Amino acid sequence: MIGFSIAVGVFIILAILLLIFRLHTLVNVMKESDKKAGGGFNKGNAFLFMVFLIGSFGLLFWYSVKNFHLYQLPIASEHGVTTDRLFWITMWITGIVFIITQVLLFYFSFKYRHDENRRALFFPDNNRLELLWTIVPAIVLTILVVYGLFVWNKVMAPAPKNAEVIEIMGYQFAWRVRYPGKDEVLGTHDYRKIDATNEFGLDFTDRAAYDDFVPRELHLPKGQPVELKIRARDVLHSVFAPHFRLKMDAVPGMPTRFWFIPTKSTAEMREETGNSEFNYEIACTEVCGKGHFSMRLLVVVDEPADYEKWKSEQQPWLSKNPEYMAQVPQDLKELAMIKSQSESTKLN
Amino acid sequence: MDSTVVNEHIDHAVEDHAHEHHGNFITNYIFSTDHKIIAKQYLITGIFWAIIGGGMSMIFRLQLGFPEATMEWLRPLLGDWITSTGKLDPEFYLALVTMHGTIMVFFVLTAGLSGTFSNYLIPLQIGARDMASGFMNMLSYWFFFVSSVVMFISIFIETGPASGGWVIYPPLSALPQAISGSGLGMTLWLVSIALFIVSTLLGGINYITTIINLRTKGMSFTKLPLTIWSFFFTATIGLLSFPVLLGAALLLIFDRSFGTSFYLSEIYIAGEALPNMGGSPILFQHLFWFLGHPEVYIVIMPAFGITSEIISTNSRKPIFGYKAMIISLLGITVLSFVVWAHHMFVSGMNPFLGSIFMLLTLIIAIPSAVKVFNYLTTLWKGNIIFTPAMLFSIGLVSFFISGGLTGLFVGNSAVDIQLHDTYFIVAHFHLVMGSAAFFGMIAGVYHWFPKMFGRMMDNKLGYIHFWLSFVGIYMVFFPMHYIGIAGFPRRYYSFTNFDAFSTFVDLNAFVSIAALITFAAQFIFLFNFFYSIYRGKKAPENPWNSNTLEWTTPRNPGHGNWPGEIPTVYRWPYDYSKPGAKEDFIPQNIPFSKTPESNLPHEVKEIEKEKAVEKA
Repeated sequence: MIGFSIAVGVFIILAILLLIFRLHTLVNVMKESDKKAGGGFNKGNAFLFMVFLIGSFGLLFWYSVKNFHLYQLPIASEHGVTTDRLFWITMWITGIVFIITQVLLFYFSFKYRHDENRRALFFPDNNRLELLWTIVPAIVLTILVVYGLFVWNKVMAPAPKNAEVIEIMGYQFAWRVRYPGKDEVLGTHDYRKIDATNEFGLDFTDRAAYDDFVPRELHLPKGQPVELKIRARDVLHSVFAPHFRLKMDAVPGMPTRFWFIPTKSTAEMREETGNSEFNYEIACTEVCGKGHFSMRLLVVVDEPADYEKWKSEQQPWLSKNPEYMAQVPQDLKELAMIKSQSESTKLN
Repeated sequence: MDSTVVNEHIDHAVEDHAHEHHGNFITNYIFSTDHKIIAKQYLITGIFWAIIGGGMSMIFRLQLGFPEATMEWLRPLLGDWITSTGKLDPEFYLALVTMHGTIMVFFVLTAGLSGTFSNYLIPLQIGARDMASGFMNMLSYWFFFVSSVVMFISIFIETGPASGGWVIYPPLSALPQAISGSGLGMTLWLVSIALFIVSTLLGGINYITTIINLRTKGMSFTKLPLTIWSFFFTATIGLLSFPVLLGAALLLIFDRSFGTSFYLSEIYIAGEALPNMGGSPILFQHLFWFLGHPEVYIVIMPAFGITSEIISTNSRKPIFGYKAMIISLLGITVLSFVVWAHHMFVSGMNPFLGSIFMLLTLIIAIPSAVKVFNYLTTLWKGNIIFTPAMLFSIGLVSFFISGGLTGLFVGNSAVDIQLHDTYFIVAHFHLVMGSAAFFGMIAGVYHWFPKMFGRMMDNKLGYIHFWLSFVGIYMVFFPMHYIGIAGFPRRYYSFTNFDAFSTFVDLNAFVSIAALITFAAQFIFLFNFFYSIYRGKKAPENPWNSNTLEWTTPRNPGHGNWPGEIPTVYRWPYDYSKPGAKEDFIPQNIPFSKTPESNLPHEVKEIEKEKAVEKA
């Protein structure tokens, strides 16, 4: 019944609108307004362009200033400072061009609206002007390109030798991280060895794998270079850590990487944002299926000492899953036993 | 020479049969080889798709703006895509996003825009009886039609349509285990796009051939309207880039169905390690964007052409820098082929390649800037008449500035690290190519409607349509810049899982409401369009006092376009407000010998050549 009355209501409204439209058409025929330039509303449209220009610029500046803190995320990495500087330089340059061109567009539309007593200026070309607005953008773009190349090459340069190497793997629909353990070498992996428990497909013929550990969260040392070795197991994913200005696709069959230096610990960030529950996060930015929007990984940035302590408390994956000892070759079993013992198990 | 032979031949044919009514309903209106009917077929099909594609965006905008609201009331339409708790299914959300992109980019803004206006305007503006091959032209439409049918069917199948994004990156698009839309839905998508590519190629070959061979007497390349130049370059881009997409799609079909490993390597999915080794998902991205990037110029360049024509006509002023406009179109055409990898800065591609593509990408901003400044100078000291077409053209320039400038952010690889795949990108391309091209298409419809249907559209409704759309589109896409700078990723079903993306709830709701209003405003246009076809005021032959040749045809041009001889062209198409002339326009078919009062010094010499042109 409600549906029916809505339908009737919509029908009546449409009928009224149609009636108004017909009446308006007939009035127009009487007034011959269609014979005037711009259907008799030329001034109206010109005026509306100015209203739009002023109104929208007002809205733009008001909102941009008022909500600056909402869209400008605090920066927590060293390279993030430089990429953000480039972002804001670009913003200033394009902002100025934006204002000039939009103002001219709407102002010209308003100023040069039709007037029967006036004729337009016959002005078909002018090479000097063309040259001017070819060369000026070219110069400005050169500045942006050169600065951009400088920043890009620095960010993408090989990681320093002393970088903490951590593996991050995306799969439908979560991230897993793996640390190299005490030997500081990540064990090799083989995707054919993956099963429900051995999510990384660790290859236990490689002795480097015995002390690798797989925590639930990503811990990072403040102020030290960290290199993420990124891979995916099933489809494309993309590691995105917004506060670190970090993004890199995770590609099945092709390892990728991204190195950076975290500059603020989680505790410091909590203080800076005034949010006692603040946490760094990693999200996925390459569409990967149903759960794309839920691939959250918690990131913790520790002071270097806390980070070392946390690392020493972690148990190697193999010691947590002793049934995989069966995959270790006979001659390496003893080594595997020793390497997979963590500090905490030794103490006991 | 050949062209005149063909023209003469058709001239005779037309004279012989001028008053004979031949053909029946089916040959005249369905399997027609007349370029004007084919153009209208493209237009109507494009409008149909625009409603579907736009409607889909309304559903996902509801989800994004009001994630808490129940969608139960959509069950009659969407069935089991509404979960038992009354929510939109997350996989169907992705399907909607994917189909919205595919439909808008290919079916609306490529077929609906190029298909309509290239077909309609090329013969009319260059002075030809029809396309070089009417039959191929008909095939082009019907391949598009079949492609549309296949895509339409895919929306209704049980596993859902393709849902890995319109870019269909494998492995997601190759593995039905990864997402249900990669089953039958993806197969149908690939079939549909393959047919679509055939259609585009048939059309493109025809456009190029017609423009080169069938220009009327005196219509040299330097006298072509900018619309024709833009259609010419657009067709060239399409001809060179679409086959690459066909190749990419073919390899994907092999990977999906025949066990090859072009794009697949070392995959463990659904509890199983796949045998594929050695393939590269990055390879697909290179191939896809080799079409995908030129495609955005395929979408925007016809809109540029249309806008140039409309802005010049309604400013009553020659387009400023005709030659510079052509050179910048040419520059965009060439550069469009060497910028594709700026979509892949963080794909894992070698960073050095990123540097090269960043350089090339930012170079393409120069011809774009030239175009904008030339539009502004055309408006300067004009005598502007705000027809609805003119309003939409000004709107296009505004969108192109707003969206083009953000290209300098995302084209700079270092800045793109943060912005890639966020709402900033969504804002950027919806303004610069989505809305701008859409406005170009709408402007074209308003401007050439009197020629297409012999009647006028209602101006007032046009103004309402413009203002609601113009303000509405800015209200939809401008706020997305803020959301994007804050890092919100695109293609997210909801943002509640992340602390970092917990803000902007109100702004997202605002965007959704603006989107609903904007979408609703399009129905004003639809009413105006269909009502005016039957009941609009009868149009004069040249309602906008325009210079180009199509306005020299009768009110309802018949088969062959001109009842008598095709007019000869003597001058460029932009002689508006020429000093000394009586009227503020001089059509292209008026010889200089008849306008001694307004001829410029170098044009006096042209008078001597006129006899030779007429004889040619």
